[in-house]
Amino acid sequence: MNRRVLTYAGVAAVAVYCLAPFYWMVVSAFRRPQDQFSNAPVPAPFSVENFTAVFSGDNGFGRALLNSVVVAGITTALTLVIGVFTAYALARLTFRFKNLVLGLVIGTTMFPGISQLVPLLKLFTGIGWINTYQAMVVPSLGFALPLSVWLLTAFFRQLPFELEQAAMVDGCTRGQAFRKVIVPLAAPGVFTTAILTFIAAWNEFLIALSMVNRKEMQTATVAISKFTGVSGFDQPFGTQMAAGVIVTVPLIIVVLVFQRRIVAGLTAGGVK
Amino acid sequence: MTATFSKKSPAPAPAAAGGPRESRRRGDAGGRRMAALLLSPTLLVLALVVGYPVLAGLRESLYVRGEGLDADGFVVEGDRFAGLGNYTAIFSGDRASAFWNAFGNTTFFTLTTVVLETLIGVGMALIMHQAFRGRALVRASILVPWAIPTAISGLLWRWIFQADGAANAVIRQQVLWTADGWPAKFAVVIAEVWKTSPFIGLLVLAGLQMIPREVNEAARVDGASALQRFWWITLPLVKPALLVAVLFRMMDVLRMFDLPAVLIGVNQRSVETLTMIAWFEASNLRYGSAAAYATILFGYIALIAYLFVKILGADIIGDARAATRQRKTERRKKATP
Repeated sequence: MNRRVLTYAGVAAVAVYCLAPFYWMVVSAFRRPQDQFSNAPVPAPFSVENFTAVFSGDNGFGRALLNSVVVAGITTALTLVIGVFTAYALARLTFRFKNLVLGLVIGTTMFPGISQLVPLLKLFTGIGWINTYQAMVVPSLGFALPLSVWLLTAFFRQLPFELEQAAMVDGCTRGQAFRKVIVPLAAPGVFTTAILTFIAAWNEFLIALSMVNRKEMQTATVAISKFTGVSGFDQPFGTQMAAGVIVTVPLIIVVLVFQRRIVAGLTAGGVK
Repeated sequence: MTATFSKKSPAPAPAAAGGPRESRRRGDAGGRRMAALLLSPTLLVLALVVGYPVLAGLRESLYVRGEGLDADGFVVEGDRFAGLGNYTAIFSGDRASAFWNAFGNTTFFTLTTVVLETLIGVGMALIMHQAFRGRALVRASILVPWAIPTAISGLLWRWIFQADGAANAVIRQQVLWTADGWPAKFAVVIAEVWKTSPFIGLLVLAGLQMIPREVNEAARVDGASALQRFWWITLPLVKPALLVAVLFRMMDVLRMFDLPAVLIGVNQRSVETLTMIAWFEASNLRYGSAAAYATILFGYIALIAYLFVKILGADIIGDARAATRQRKTERRKKATP
């Protein structure tokens, strides 16, 4: 009995720990700007003024959201297309140096983003790629590709190998067996990998901050951190919290809907 | 042994004609070509977007930009070879103290956040493992900090740590969190731990769920206390998962940028990390110097990762190796009827 109470208290503590700061963001977003510094636990006069301010002219937030979707979307699509084949080879085929290749792919994540970024920044300045989508997508592949190869390999390894062999005994080529047997079975894993890669690319900050100096090309995370208040001196926290809610809530909904898959992906890959 | 058996026994199916060993060898040749074909796109892309920049960065760190006088007294523009000049400049004069400050901050953040995250994460995992009702709620809420972009969580905590913000209201003190010094460091540590300890919790929970119930029950029957069971059974069995998680976290904190940059600001001594210093140099177009900082940081990360793997024996690709081994034994078993 005592033990049960203790467990529930623990559960409550964990939930509060995780949710309280996020709750504060939501509450602050729904306050009127003049109540911004109120510490009341619920927004007393409920207001969406902060949300309208987010999309007001000079923030260019709509465009920033679009930029984020484009950059994260292209990065995810490219890494999946390239990563699926590699992960299949790593999970299914036997060849020498397999662990070496896997180690190499994981090893590339050890390079800090900045040591990859400095030369690319110089290169992209030289070839006029600053303020383009490709300047953000190409460096992002550096962290997104190892991530998706790693996750996909972990997922593919759990697939029943025998089914593929059975298909090949029945006369399928390796390519057909892959397309008709493995791909449908692997779809959930690929989907999970897509979500995790998309979230990683969506949350990217350093590359997007460095490769872009024009407002129209900023991604959402960079744009929000650069919001300016009316006076230009005090930080417009209400607007920033509202913008934070806008970029976070869709992610959280996706994460909660696909909770089981995402937890499986995170634990299979052991990634960040 | 395989060969003798297959010679005696009639081929059961056309697919196995020629004996298992021969067909495997043929399959391997095709498999090898196939593997090369499937692997090359990834390796090519990684070579282009990671390999090339890292090498170019090493070269860059040996050059300085700008004007200089050549031997005949003419002004030369553009990159000039400087040898280790960029590195020695980092360790001399004023910049040496800036470097050691950033190095100290990076190390401090890594140690404190990883230790706290591990403790809190393991605690969370134990609670979740105990709870049957409410587990879904906890698992859902634990994913929330993880899903919030780091830059946004930096803003959120900057808001909480305002002089008249929520944090000061809760502790009923007036601490200038985002200004300078230790409070700023602690603000970064708190925000980072909040965001990432759930991740460790999830990984440890997965490890806990793999432990067979009987092991724990046997120990309980033998009279082991809860603490003893945790220390001698749970911890050793969870250790592999935990070590990999901690290694990934460490490598991530060592290159921390977004959180201190948004929460406190760039070019702030109190929270400046090595990545921030390198970024600042690059944004002022001092690429050579930036590349030198980045190279030093990479060396530091590589050293820590190496020591971690050597001393604690974290096995990142252990799963893969186990799978290879298992498949090999299975094949051997299949080959011998």
